[in-house]
Amino acid sequence: MRLRYIARKCGWALLTLLFVLTANFFLFRIMPGDPIGLLARSTRLSPEALQAQIHLFGLDQPLPAQYVTYLKQTLSGNLGVSIISGTDVSEMLGSRLWPTVLLVGLGTLIAAVIGVFAGIKGGWTRGSGFDRGSLYSSLLLYATPEGWLGMLLLIVFAGTLGWFPAGGYASNSGSGAASFGDVARHLFLPVLTLALGYVGSFVIVMRSSMIDVKEEDYISTARAKGLNDATIRRHHAVPNAFLPSFTLIVLSVGFILGGAIVVETVFSWPGLGLLTYQAIKDQDYPVLQAVFLISSGAVIVANLIADIAYGYLDPRVEEV
Amino acid sequence: MATHVPLGDSPEDVSSLSPRQLAWRRRSDSFGRTWSVFRSNRQAMTGLTILVFFGLLALFSPLLVSVDAVDPSMASGPPNSPPIAGYPLGTDGFGRSVLSLLVVGSRVSLIVGLTATLGAVLIGATVGLVSGFYGGTRIDRVLSTLTDWFLVIPWLVLAIVLAAILGPTLLNVILVIAVTSWAMTARIVRAQTLSVRTLPYVERARALGAGDASIIVRHVLPNVFPVIFAQAVLTVAVAILSETTLAILGLGDPTSISWGIIIEEAFNAGAMANGYWWWMIPPGLCIIAVTLAFTMCGYALEEIFNPRLRRRG
Repeated sequence: MRLRYIARKCGWALLTLLFVLTANFFLFRIMPGDPIGLLARSTRLSPEALQAQIHLFGLDQPLPAQYVTYLKQTLSGNLGVSIISGTDVSEMLGSRLWPTVLLVGLGTLIAAVIGVFAGIKGGWTRGSGFDRGSLYSSLLLYATPEGWLGMLLLIVFAGTLGWFPAGGYASNSGSGAASFGDVARHLFLPVLTLALGYVGSFVIVMRSSMIDVKEEDYISTARAKGLNDATIRRHHAVPNAFLPSFTLIVLSVGFILGGAIVVETVFSWPGLGLLTYQAIKDQDYPVLQAVFLISSGAVIVANLIADIAYGYLDPRVEEV
Repeated sequence: MATHVPLGDSPEDVSSLSPRQLAWRRRSDSFGRTWSVFRSNRQAMTGLTILVFFGLLALFSPLLVSVDAVDPSMASGPPNSPPIAGYPLGTDGFGRSVLSLLVVGSRVSLIVGLTATLGAVLIGATVGLVSGFYGGTRIDRVLSTLTDWFLVIPWLVLAIVLAAILGPTLLNVILVIAVTSWAMTARIVRAQTLSVRTLPYVERARALGAGDASIIVRHVLPNVFPVIFAQAVLTVAVAILSETTLAILGLGDPTSISWGIIIEEAFNAGAMANGYWWWMIPPGLCIIAVTLAFTMCGYALEEIFNPRLRRRG
């Protein structure tokens, strides 16, 4: 039974990937100017290289043939070349992947841990001083544009106080512990911005699911059995309340990736986001296309992992 | 405050009213009930007050600030000046008053937020109504899958890529936000429609010979409308935040000053390195105020209309 559940989820993930690939194919073709004309604009591509690209992606073929070629090339890892620099797009992405994984991973993790704990405490003691405080600050943080928040933190902590560097990945190209500290100092403000920007929605989600669970019959039963408050919360309420929040946290990775583009731009953090910002300015469409593809892929995989984990965490899922 | 006794406990004879009058009477009564619950919610009223303030500001902005005051070539103040007499919030790089820019920006930001939401809600409500009404059929499966896809894919990244392809005009910004933020509305409307379509009065309408389209528009939609409205109010907040993100990335329309565009111009002028806090901070505070206000009103409405879907309380 469980195998069938996993197979269904994998099938859905593959179908979603196909949708993204198709969307990506047509996105690249609704814009003004045809793909060949755009490639030809590039000053870095030699006529031979241009011909090679046209041939590789079948750009002189009719649309359905182009689509099939596009799928084949993309699935085999060929994402084309940058219009501006002429370099291979997969290579460009590869060198920018790690900083973004570091930033988004740390930011999401911190936001999720703080958000879940504050949500548990707030929802359980609904109406208390802590709950009011955390709810209002969550709403405030939710309403704050993260790019602007990053600029604010830069003015205060990098400008006025001078505690942190104003941007970039590292100041010196050292190695070992010194280099680690250097990167960490550069990483601090962008991660803080991202974590602050998303902790609010996690608190709100976790809190409301605690409030829902609190009214369930099995909580009353546990109370009637004479269990103490902390035990009921830890063993009866939290495991049930966490499941829906878990899915929503994973779903929001897609939102956070979008936010990371702005945060990386503000802090000149050399990841995929900064690459995207440069590609927007240069109108480097193959790079933009690849960025959308890779972030969609990341979300689809994250979602699949969440679905499968959910199947193990909640046995009721199989019945659905 | 009540102008007439609510229907239901009313002893008056309503048999003289036409069905249409009766329907409107019922709607105005239910609006009255909603309003009285809404009014007792302090957060919701705070939000509404903020919205009324910014709404009036946007409406009367042409009277408060002349077009010339924000024309870069007509700017009269000293460039990049911190707050001084005559410029309570300082000036930008052209010497324009930041306060004037904020007033003008309120209009563009609200227009983008509201029209993008209108588009998103039109798409989302249509998809949700059709999908829910034909629940379980092939058309429902197709529309539901499409909705799920749009919920899963990183929609902000899609919006950014789409805006980069279409080019930075105000219409494109609105279009891009609408196309990428309808999915949540569709999912909620579908769930609501699924339960409404089994109600006896829908069956009665069908027995009386009403067609599908007429049942959806005249019988299901009015019942689902409150949920759509609550969701729309929440979507405006997301739309305004999305506009800000697009603007900061240089994808906004540089010719129509929104709060996001002001932030972007400050960013490009090196506001952080040069410490131009008076230029960069106020537009962000305006965005926070409006987004917060829409969110608080939206949560309150959601709680009234869709108690099962509780987010706060």
